[in-house]
Amino acid sequence: MAVKSAAKKKFNLVKSLHNQFTKEDLLAQYESMIQLRRFQEKVGSLYQQGYMGGFCHLYIGQEAVITGAKAASKEGDDFITTYRCHAHAAMSGISMEEILGELMGRSTGISKGKGGSMHMFDPDKHFWGGHGIVGGNVPLATGMAFAAKYREEDRVTLCFFGDGAADSGAMFESFNMAALWKLPVLYIIENNHFSMGTAKERHAAGEFYKRGEPFGIPGKKVDGMDFFAVYEAISEACEYIRAGNGPMLLEMDTYRYKGHSMSDPAKYRKREDVDGIKTKRDPIMQLGNVLMSNYKVKEEDLKALDKKAKEAVAKAVEIALDAPKADMAELYTDIIQSNGEK
Amino acid sequence: MNMIKQTYRDALRDGMSEEMRRDAEVFLMGEEVAEYQGAYKCSAGMLEEFGPKRVIDSPITELGFTGLGVGAAFMGMRPIIEYMSWSFALLSSDQIINSAAKTYYMSGGKVGCPIVFRGINGLGKMVAAQHSHDYTNMYANCPGLKVVCPVTPADAKGLIKSAVRDNAPVLVMENERLYGMEGDVPEGDDVLVEIGKARLVREGKDITLIGYSMSALQCEKAAEMLAKEGVDAEVIDLRSIRPLDKSAIVKSIQKTNRAIVVEEGYSFAGIAAEIMAVISEEAFDALDAPVERMSLKDIPIPYADHLEQASIVQADDIVKKAVQICK
Ligand SMILES: Cc1ncc(C[n+]2csc(CCOP(=O)(O)OP(=O)(O)O)c2C)c(N)n1
Ligand SMILES: [Mg+2]
Repeated sequence: MAVKSAAKKKFNLVKSLHNQFTKEDLLAQYESMIQLRRFQEKVGSLYQQGYMGGFCHLYIGQEAVITGAKAASKEGDDFITTYRCHAHAAMSGISMEEILGELMGRSTGISKGKGGSMHMFDPDKHFWGGHGIVGGNVPLATGMAFAAKYREEDRVTLCFFGDGAADSGAMFESFNMAALWKLPVLYIIENNHFSMGTAKERHAAGEFYKRGEPFGIPGKKVDGMDFFAVYEAISEACEYIRAGNGPMLLEMDTYRYKGHSMSDPAKYRKREDVDGIKTKRDPIMQLGNVLMSNYKVKEEDLKALDKKAKEAVAKAVEIALDAPKADMAELYTDIIQSNGEK
Repeated sequence: MNMIKQTYRDALRDGMSEEMRRDAEVFLMGEEVAEYQGAYKCSAGMLEEFGPKRVIDSPITELGFTGLGVGAAFMGMRPIIEYMSWSFALLSSDQIINSAAKTYYMSGGKVGCPIVFRGINGLGKMVAAQHSHDYTNMYANCPGLKVVCPVTPADAKGLIKSAVRDNAPVLVMENERLYGMEGDVPEGDDVLVEIGKARLVREGKDITLIGYSMSALQCEKAAEMLAKEGVDAEVIDLRSIRPLDKSAIVKSIQKTNRAIVVEEGYSFAGIAAEIMAVISEEAFDALDAPVERMSLKDIPIPYADHLEQASIVQADDIVKKAVQICK
């Protein structure tokens, strides 16, 4: 994502970032976010209509995190996340058709219908999944960073996981190794305040962003509903990591609007709590407000982008539905990679 | 005996609750077991009845809370540790195998471990490879553990109760697809199902179909279909994998002289392989045909519905195979 070079400098005040982006850059960010939102909404309704099955975890409400991360990172940086992966996949450049194809078990699916909602990958686009076991992707990210450092490549691994995963032993073991060996990895806790039905206060002691402290890993809490805050924090963190200082930890304070997965009615929280966040902190609304107040963008322009996003989603659905079911022959392929295959 | 109609999940819940009423040292710990009432609602109402001291929501730290449970069991408590899935319990397999299973032996019988580990196992519905795996053979391979696979609501209740009272670590392998199924459950607080006994599902004389967990249901369905084809199949639900009820298997083979072992797990070093070895060692002379096994396809389980269905042994497949063998 092209960003004015001035914006790459250090900023202490997030507000000061507001005017550092060109209008076009920011509109593009807005478009990404609104498209992610409309896309996830569509996935939810297609799921309810029976077009897909299994576990399906939506990212609605958390869009600023992946959008800001993508904008702040460099081409060639690697991304890895959990089962809540549709938005990360899309922002890595996997098309909505390929994601929908996967969700609907079509031959065009990014994993040929074999991975489903939780397991999407595209190494060419530096997107490494899509992992179902909570905490499991954290050591994997650490290993990816190990490879980058070993090969002396200028790549940062951005590792996303939830507040629930931040309790796992795997995370603490990873922190120790990454700090010990100064690995180029950025750990990003997407604290959406719930580990399935368990509120943060009931599953985690202390503060997430401080969990790297015993290992000497600097940590910071960031407003994960504010694109600019995410952008700034990740830009700074990547700079720190690229300078060879080792890992960093960011806690993104964010929120998921929907249930944990499609089967969760989310009875463990009050409707008002969700509504309060939607009306006060919604990431898309916030970015829209900055565009209107600082960049003279009109509400109609934003509405036009929303319309465009809906059309793009509709088009992707059409294409996905046209594709044939995943081929039966795929059952027996991709089990063991043969020697000599690249 | 008076029977009541109950779902598997309710029977399981009642079994656990009765044991918790009986013994104040029993507690339930796991992810979402308390306020959420269980990820699959298997502990509905238990927090309300027993309070947060005894029904405890854990963080997503399987290795940690399993070890915690084992430590408490060393002290003589009787924990029930629930896994949201046995796929996630892989993280705790170290504590189950290295600590729970082996400490009694290593301590020369001084440190026991009366604990229950339970949760869903095997395939669900379209949840893909990392959430679809039968781990029965992995744990049944380990001396020091008991492993049971209840299929009916009555067995779910009777076996969980026996498991809580057992002095050894007992693993209860459930299945998400079983939770909603209804069946007759005997009334009363003291109806136990003995660990180590198979369940004779259906009597027959032509061939024995042997299964466990979901595959026992497929065998039962196949037997009904076979009856229409004039084949009288006997069906055995192994129910307890370790200890294994060898005599029930041998007795049946001596009657029918033929067998198919069905599993919703992988064939390589799997449960069916073990059953075939038992038959070969103890009932070889009674066989009129080679014993056959039908297993899950030897692939990581795919997501798409049609691909997933194609990887499971279906009742139709069992029927075809049985007809062939009995011809
Ligand atoms: C090891 C393991 N235990 C349990 C689960 C079941 N599970 C899936 S997601 C989840 C909650 C995770 O919450 P969090 O880490 O906060 O991520 P979020 O879903 O909020 O993005 C649980 C318990 C799992 N997939 N893996
Ligand atoms: Mg969370």
